[in-house]
Amino acid sequence: MAEAIDVVGSAGFDCHLFSGCGFPAPGTEIFEFAPLVEFTLFGINFGINKPVILLIMVSAFIIFIFTVAFAKPRLVPGKWQSMGELSYLFVRDQISRETLGKAGDKYMGFLFSLFFFVFFLNFMGIFPGAQFPVTALFVYPVALAMMVWLVYMFIGMKNQGAIKFFTNMMFPPGVPKAVLVILAPIEFLSNVIVRPFTLAVRLMANMFAGHLLITVFIVASIYLFSPSVIGLLGSFASGAMTLIMTGFEFMIEALQAYIFTLLTASYIAGSLSNEH
Amino acid sequence: MTDLIASGAEGSEQFNVLAVPIGELIIGTVAFLIVFFVLGKLLLPKISKALDEREAAIEGGLKAAEKAKEDSARQAAQNQDELAKAREEAASIRAAAQAERADIIEKARSEAQAAAAAVTASAQAQIEQEKNKAGSDLQRNVGAIATDLAGRIVGEVLTDNATAQSVVDRFISELEATTGSNGKA
Repeated sequence: MAEAIDVVGSAGFDCHLFSGCGFPAPGTEIFEFAPLVEFTLFGINFGINKPVILLIMVSAFIIFIFTVAFAKPRLVPGKWQSMGELSYLFVRDQISRETLGKAGDKYMGFLFSLFFFVFFLNFMGIFPGAQFPVTALFVYPVALAMMVWLVYMFIGMKNQGAIKFFTNMMFPPGVPKAVLVILAPIEFLSNVIVRPFTLAVRLMANMFAGHLLITVFIVASIYLFSPSVIGLLGSFASGAMTLIMTGFEFMIEALQAYIFTLLTASYIAGSLSNEH
Repeated sequence: MTDLIASGAEGSEQFNVLAVPIGELIIGTVAFLIVFFVLGKLLLPKISKALDEREAAIEGGLKAAEKAKEDSARQAAQNQDELAKAREEAASIRAAAQAERADIIEKARSEAQAAAAAVTASAQAQIEQEKNKAGSDLQRNVGAIATDLAGRIVGEVLTDNATAQSVVDRFISELEATTGSNGKA
């Protein structure tokens, strides 16, 4: 957001409609943050910028809130424990048991962490003061998708055998041999390479688009604010749209976290059994 | 102040939205692993255990309640049984008592009747005895009286009829007085 303000600021808060200034449309630069601290470790460059700080804060927040809720569980739960249990039961019953059945309880730790990690990182997009969805930066969904990939590949190889896992995946029973020539490489590609990629891109693109949209409406609202009827109307309309889009974004953020976790659960389900 | 839009438009350095910097990849991965470790390994087992325990406790409670209900129903049935038995017993005791009472009354009555009969019999016997005694007394006395009367008649000088008449009268009244006292005794 600091950058977005910079956009407006540098293009000028004085850049308005009919002032001979074109619309300073925000672009990809609103996703670029200069590192506040930079250091190199083992030849790898680490830049601590706003998304990294948000990431750390979100992680700390998740750990904190669930420690408060779950550290000393009681038979008759308090307020925090009730809320924690509600979220736990949501992930367990709506995601894990929906796709994995009782077998999913073993992976609840992973799915629960994934859901809330993604959700709160997304939520930073509309959280006042933060206002940047960390997951809109491709690198973070990639990190999570890689983890998911490792997990479901490992589970598959462990449950079906290292080679059986791939042959089960590529040669589903009851398919004619001629079709297998085409199907086998497609199955391999889709399961091993496309899945983690789409998982990461779906999340990143949704957050990216949402953030860009909100920024466009905010900038438009400022740009259109000028001493003219059409300008004022447009400005207020844009402001209203910003509010509406913010509410809409909240829904998208929750939905994307849900989809990300649900797909992870279904990939794990695929690894547990070789049925298609 | 540099115009960012302008510099962007100049295309000096377009930001790659699909960039994956290794440093941030590592930071993201580590952050997630820490969250996963704390949540998945430390906190969630606790909460799932608590949920299981609660489920068990609720189920146990329900079962206990069910059992208590059954117990109380059984107790009530038992009480009903005992009550009925007690009523029966009371009725039988009452019947026995009534029978006994009738018995006692019957017995008392027959005893009383027997006693009355005995009293009557003894009274009759006594009367009979008295009668006999009176009869025998009279018989024994009649001789003596006759002798006495004869003596008097012989001893007395009968001068006139009036004197004789008074002697007889006196004798008869004496006799009457004696018999009257004898009969009464």
